[in-house]
Amino acid sequence: MMSVLPVLFIGLGGLVMLLAGVLARRDHSFAITAAAIIVLALAGRLVFVAPDGVVLHGLLVTNGFTRFADILVLLGAIGGLALSIAYNKRTGIGRFEYPVLVLFAVVGMIVLVGANNLLSLYVGFEIQSLALYVLAAFARHSLRSSEAGLKYFVLGALSSGLLLYGISLVYGFAGTTGFAGIARAFSGDNTAMIGSTFGLVFVLVGLAFKISAAPFHMWTPDVYEGAPSAVTAFFATAPKVAVMALLARVLLGPFGGMLVNWQMLVEILAAASMIVGAIGGMRQNNIKRLMGYSAIGQMGYVLMGLAAGNQAAVRGVLIYLTIYVVMSLGVFGCIVAMSRKGRPVEQIGDLAGMAAEDPRYALALAVFMWGLAGIPPLAGFFSKLYVFLAAVRAGLDGLAVIGIVTSLMAAAYYLRVIKVMYFDRGEPGFDQRTVGMNAVIYASAVATALFILMPAPITEASTYAAHALMSAGF
Amino acid sequence: MITLIAVAPILSLLIWLPVIGALIIFATGDASEASARSVRWVALWTSLVELVLALGLLAAFDPQRTGFQFVERLAWLPQAGVSYHLGVDGISLLFVVMSALLTPIAIVASWREPRRVRAYMAAFLLLEALTIGMFESLDFMLFYVFFEGVLLPMYLIIGVWGGEQRVRAAIRFFLFTLAGSLPMLLALVWMWHHAGTTDMVTLMHTPISASAQNWLFIAFLFAFGVKAAVWPLHSWLPDAYGEAPVAGTVMLAAVLSKMGSYGFLRFSLPMLPQATLYFAPLMLALGVIAIIYLSFAAFAQTDMKRMIAYSSAAHMGMIVVGIFTLTVEGIEGALFQMISHGLVIAALFLCVGVLLARGQSRLLEHLGGLAVRMPVFATFLMIFVLANVGLPGTSGFVGEVLILAGAIKVNFWLALLAGSGMILSVMFMLVLVRRVLFDQSRSSVALAPPDVGAGEWLMLAPLAMLVLVLGIHPDALTVPFDRAVHGLVQQTGGVLAMKADLHHRMLAMVSR
Repeated sequence: MMSVLPVLFIGLGGLVMLLAGVLARRDHSFAITAAAIIVLALAGRLVFVAPDGVVLHGLLVTNGFTRFADILVLLGAIGGLALSIAYNKRTGIGRFEYPVLVLFAVVGMIVLVGANNLLSLYVGFEIQSLALYVLAAFARHSLRSSEAGLKYFVLGALSSGLLLYGISLVYGFAGTTGFAGIARAFSGDNTAMIGSTFGLVFVLVGLAFKISAAPFHMWTPDVYEGAPSAVTAFFATAPKVAVMALLARVLLGPFGGMLVNWQMLVEILAAASMIVGAIGGMRQNNIKRLMGYSAIGQMGYVLMGLAAGNQAAVRGVLIYLTIYVVMSLGVFGCIVAMSRKGRPVEQIGDLAGMAAEDPRYALALAVFMWGLAGIPPLAGFFSKLYVFLAAVRAGLDGLAVIGIVTSLMAAAYYLRVIKVMYFDRGEPGFDQRTVGMNAVIYASAVATALFILMPAPITEASTYAAHALMSAGF
Repeated sequence: MITLIAVAPILSLLIWLPVIGALIIFATGDASEASARSVRWVALWTSLVELVLALGLLAAFDPQRTGFQFVERLAWLPQAGVSYHLGVDGISLLFVVMSALLTPIAIVASWREPRRVRAYMAAFLLLEALTIGMFESLDFMLFYVFFEGVLLPMYLIIGVWGGEQRVRAAIRFFLFTLAGSLPMLLALVWMWHHAGTTDMVTLMHTPISASAQNWLFIAFLFAFGVKAAVWPLHSWLPDAYGEAPVAGTVMLAAVLSKMGSYGFLRFSLPMLPQATLYFAPLMLALGVIAIIYLSFAAFAQTDMKRMIAYSSAAHMGMIVVGIFTLTVEGIEGALFQMISHGLVIAALFLCVGVLLARGQSRLLEHLGGLAVRMPVFATFLMIFVLANVGLPGTSGFVGEVLILAGAIKVNFWLALLAGSGMILSVMFMLVLVRRVLFDQSRSSVALAPPDVGAGEWLMLAPLAMLVLVLGIHPDALTVPFDRAVHGLVQQTGGVLAMKADLHHRMLAMVSR
C-alpha cells in the first residue's frame, strides 16, 4: 500500500479541499491553494517512502526512474500553483476549484508515470487530461480561454482515441496489456511484431500530441496563448514531464525489443519538432505564443535524446526535463508578472525598457532566454550537451546537426526578447510583483545561473534513475 | 610574494575576483550619481588588484619548465570525465596578463560613460573573468563554457552602450559567433565520446583517425575563425567594432580576437596534427587573402574607427599565416604579434575614443590639423600608427619579421605576399595620420580641443611604453613561450616530418 501512498494522499487531499470549498461560506481560494502546495510538498516526501516494486497486480510500478519523474511533476505543479495565487486573484478567476483541479491532474500524472499496464496508462492519461481541459478554459468569461479549452479538448480527445486504438491493436497482437507481457511477446523475432508496429505507431502518436511534438503540435501555440498564464505555466511543465517520462518507459520497456521499429519515428518527430519550434517562433509577437513554439522545439531536443534509446539517452532526457521545468517556471513567472493596472499584457514589445526600470527582472528573464537558447554558462547548455552526447553516441549524427542548426535559429528569437528589454526604449510600468512570483522567478534564475557550479547532484541522480529504468526493463 | 603565489589557487582567484567585483556592483548601489562614482572606483580597483595578481603570476612563472604550471583540478562532473582543470603554460600566460592589463584601461576609458554605469562596469568585469578563464582552462568543456559565455556580456555591451546601429551590430555579432561555436559544440561532444574525457592534456595525446580530424578541424575553423575574424568569416567585424563603445571595441579587437588564434594553437595544432597539415595551405591562403583584401578595404574607409577595425582584421590574417607556417619562427612571431597587436590596436581605438570624447567626428573628412592643437595626442597616435605598420624599434616589427622568417621557410611567394601586407598597411595608416593630424584645410580645425588629460595619459602612456620596450627588448616576451612553442612544433612536427615532402608540394601549388 505504501507504493500508492502519494497518489492516495493527493487524491484524498483534493477531495477534502473540494468539500471544504463547497461547504465554506466565503471564498477561501488562497487558503486552499496554500494547502494544495503543502499537500504536493508532502507527497514529494511520500514518493521517497514508497518502496520499489510492482503493486496492484502489476498495474503500477515504483523505481528510481518514476521517483525522479514524480518529483519533477510535483515541482512543476507547485511552481504553477505558486504563480496562480496572485494571477487568479488579479484577473478575477480565483476560485477554489483551481487548486483542486491541479491536484487531480497531478494524480493522473503520477499514475501515468508509474503505469505498468496499458490500461493504467490510459486511466492516468484521462484523469490528467480531463482536469487539464477544464483548467485551460478556467477563465470562463474570456473568449480566448474558452476557445483554448475547446481546442485542447477536441484535439486531446482525438489523441486519446488514437492512443486507445493503438492500445487495442497492441493488446490484439500481444494478448496482454501488462508491460511485462508485452515485452515478452515482442522480444526476439516474433511474427506479431509486424502488426504490432501499427499499434506502436498509434500509441506514439497519441502521446506525441500531449508533448506537442510536431507534426502533432498545432494546438500548442493557441492553447498557450489562450489559457490563463498561470495555467500555461502548469501546462508547460508538469504534463510534459509526465508524458515524456511515460514515453521513455513505454518505448524502452515493453517496446524495447522493437527499437529498430520506433527509432526512426522518434527521430522524425524530433527533427520535425526542432524545425517547427525554430521557424514558428520567429515572427511571434506574443510572448506566450513564443513560449509555445519554444516548448515544441525543446521537446524536439528531448526526443532527440530519447531516439538514442540507451541508458545515456534516458539520462539526457531526465537532465533536459529537469532544467526545462526550472527554466519554464521562471519564464512563466516573468510572464505572469507582466501586467498593467491588473490587466495582463502579453506582447514582447511591452517589455521594452525593462532593463532600465527593473534590472533584476530583466536579468532574470535574460538568464532564462539565454538558458533556453542553450548558451553556457547557463543550465540550458548542459541539458543540450547531454542530449547531443546521447545522440552522437548512438550514431545519430544527422539529427545532431539538425539540432545544431535549429538551436542557432531559435537563439535568434530568444535573443529578441533580450534585445527588447535591454536595447529598446520604453516604460513598461508593470504592477508590483507578489512574493509568490518573486520566489518562483528568482529561485529559478539562481538555479539556472548557478547550475554550472554544482551539476553533479542532478547528473548523478539522473544517471541513477536511468540505470533504474534500464535494469528493471521498464 | 612569489612563494605565496606558488601555493595559493592563483588561477581560480584570477577568474573569481572580477566575478565577485561584478556581484558587489550589481548587489549594491542604485541609479544615483554618487553610487555611480563609487561603482567606477570599485570596478577600477578590482581590475587593478587583478592586474597585480596577474603580474605576480608572471613573476612566479618558471619559463624553464615545460608543461602546465599552477595546475588546479577539482571534480566537476566526476562520472563523465569532466573536471574544473586550470593551468597556464608560456602561451596562455601572456594572454592572461594582457587581458588583466587591458581591462583597467578599458574601465578608465569609459570613466565618463553616463548611462547605466552599474551594469556597464559589471559587464566589463564579467568579460574579464570569462576571457581569463578561457585562457586558463585545461578542460575542453570548461573552455567552451568560457569561450561561449563571453558572448553574453559582449552582446549587452555592444547593444546597450553602442552607436547608432548598435542593435543590428549586437545581434549580428551574437548570431555569427554562435553559428561559429555550435559546430565546435559537436566537436566537443564527439571528442568527449571518443576519448571518454574532456581533459585537454589527455585529448592532446589521444590519437584521432585522419578523416575524423578533417571534420573536427573544419568545426574548429568555424569557431575560432569567426572569433579571430579570418576572411571570409569576418563580416560581423566591421559592424561590431564600429558600433561598440570604445572600451568594448578595445576588448573585442585586443582580447576577444585572440581567443580565436589562441584556439588554433591550443586545439587545432596539437590535437589534429594531420588535419592541420592537410589544411595548412588553405589557412595560409586565407591569411594572405585577409592581409591583402582587408588592407584594401581599410584603405577605402571614410570612418576612422572602421579603418582601424579593418586594419586589425588584416593583421589577424598575418597571425593566421604565422601559426600555419608550422615553424618555430612563424608561431613565435604569431604569438608575439598577437600580444603586440593587442596592445597597439587597443591603443589606436583608445585614440579614437580620445577624439570622440572631445566631440570630434569619427569621419576622416571632418578631422584635420590636430597635430598643432593636440601635440601630445599626436605623438601618441604617431607611435601607435608606426607600431601598427611594423616600424623597427616597435613591437609590431618583431612579430611581423618573425612571421615572415617562418613564411619564407615554407615558401618564398608566401613570404612575399604576406610581406606586402606591411607595405599596404603603411599606405592606409599614413593616410589616416595625414587626414587626422596634418591636413589643415578642414572645417573642424576651428575648434580647439584640449590636449590629452591625466586620465588619458594613464591609458596611453603604459601602452606606448610597452610597445617601445617590447620593440627593443623582445626576449621579455619570447622567453616565457619559447619552450611551449618548441614543444608544440615538435608535437605537430612528428607528423610534419613524415609528410614534409608532400607538404611542400601542396604549398607550392597553392601559393603559385
